[in-house]
Amino acid sequence: MIEADRDVCIGAGMCALTAPAVFDQDDEDGRVLVLDDRPGASEADAVREAVELCPSGALTLRDT
Amino acid sequence: MADVLPTTRVDPFDPPPELFGTDQPLRPLAYPDGHEGWLVTSHTLAKAVLADPRFSSKLELRRTPVRRPSVEDFRVGEPAPPGFFIAMDPPDHTRLRRQLTGQFTVRRMNQLTPRIEQIVAEHLDAMEQAGPPVDLVQAFALPIPSLVICELLGVPYADREEFQHASAVLLGLDSSDEQAAVAMKSITGYLSGLVGRKRAEPEDDLLSGLAEAGELGDDELVGVALLLLVAGHETTANMLGLGTFALLRHPEQAEALRTGAVPIDNAVEELMRYLSVIQFGTTRTALEDIELGGRLVTKGQVLTLSLPAANRDPEKFGNPAELDLGGDAHGHLAFGHGVHQCLGQQLARIEMRVGYAALFERFPGLSLAVPPSEVPVRDDMAIYGVHRLPVSW
Repeated sequence: MIEADRDVCIGAGMCALTAPAVFDQDDEDGRVLVLDDRPGASEADAVREAVELCPSGALTLRDT
Repeated sequence: MADVLPTTRVDPFDPPPELFGTDQPLRPLAYPDGHEGWLVTSHTLAKAVLADPRFSSKLELRRTPVRRPSVEDFRVGEPAPPGFFIAMDPPDHTRLRRQLTGQFTVRRMNQLTPRIEQIVAEHLDAMEQAGPPVDLVQAFALPIPSLVICELLGVPYADREEFQHASAVLLGLDSSDEQAAVAMKSITGYLSGLVGRKRAEPEDDLLSGLAEAGELGDDELVGVALLLLVAGHETTANMLGLGTFALLRHPEQAEALRTGAVPIDNAVEELMRYLSVIQFGTTRTALEDIELGGRLVTKGQVLTLSLPAANRDPEKFGNPAELDLGGDAHGHLAFGHGVHQCLGQQLARIEMRVGYAALFERFPGLSLAVPPSEVPVRDDMAIYGVHRLPVSW
C-alpha cells in the first residue's frame, strides 16, 4: 500500500512522471495525489521507482 | 593539506579526471577562503546529503568551492535576498516554493508542448532561411528557453537584453565583485519595475498570478522572478548547446535519437546524466556534527556535492563514462535531489525532448562547422556548456 505525506511533498512531479497511472499532482499546489493506493502488479516496478526517485521522501510503500 | 576542487577538464564532455579514481567518496576539500570542508563524489552519499535536513542550503552558511560558482552565492555570508528560496531552508523555503509548484506540474508543462513545438519550429525555419553555417547557441539553444520562460513568467521577450547580460555576469567566474553588484542592481531594478506593472495591470502569466494571490511581498516577488528567470534559461540553454555538441561527436547516438531507435525521454535523461552542466555541483552546510561515510563532518563544515562525479559513479551507473542514449540513467542527480530539486525540471525535460528531436529531424545532416577543438567551452562559467557552436547541414 502506498502512503503519501503531503506535508513533506515539494511537488517536483517525479512520481507523476514515473508512474502516471498511480500518481497525479494537485493543480493548485503541485503536491502529490495518490490515484490508486493499491495498484496492481503491472504497476509495481514503476511505483517502486517513483518511491526511490521522490526527492522529498514523501512516499512510502507498506506491505499489506 | 587538503586539495582544492579540480576544475580543469581534459575532454569537453568529461568532468575533471581528478574527481575520479579515488576510493574516498568523501574527502577533505580546501575552499578558496581557507575553510576546510569536504568534497562528495559518490552517488549514494550525494543523494543522502541532499535528502538530509541536517545539511542546510542557507546562503549565510555557505562557502564557495570556486571563486563564484553561481548567482545563488552572490553575497556569501549574508542571508538570501527575499524570495530567493534556493538558498533557504524550510519553513521559509517551503512557503515560497509552494506558491509556485502548482505552476510547474507535469500536466501543466505537458500542456505547453504545442507552444514549445511552435517556438522550436520557428527557430529552425529561421536557421534554414539564414543558411549554414550558423551559431546554434544564438540561433537555437539560448533563445528557445529564454522565450519559453519569458512567456511563462510574463517577462517581455523584447526586454531580454536587460536580463541576459546581467545573468551572464552573475554566473561568470571572471566577473569582478563590482561588475556582479552592478549586474544585480540592474536586473533587480528591471524586475522591480516589472512587478509593479504586474500588480497594477495583471495579465495571464505566472508573475501576475503571484501578484494577485497576494501571498508574496514586492521584494519576494522580485527575488522569485530573478531566480526563475536565470534558472529557467541558462540551464536548459546550455543543455541544448552542449547536448547537441555531444550528439555531433557521437553520430551513431544522434542517429538513434533521430530515427526514434531510442525513446527521446530516455535520451534526454542520459544526456543530463552524462553532461551534468552544474559543473561544480552544489553545496550544503552541516547544522550539527554528523557521521557520514565513516567520517565526522563537524557543525559548520561545508560539503561540495559533485553532481558530475555522482552522475558517473560506476556503483550506480553501468559504464558511466560512455554516452549511451538507450542506457538506464534513472536516478541521475542532474536536477539535484531533496527539497531543492529543480522546480522547473518538467519544463526543462519538454524543452529538451522537443528541441533535440526537432533539430535532428529538420537537419539530418547536421555537423560541426569547425574542428571540435575550436568549439569554445564554458569552463569559466558556473553552468557548463558551449559559448558558441558553429554548425552546418
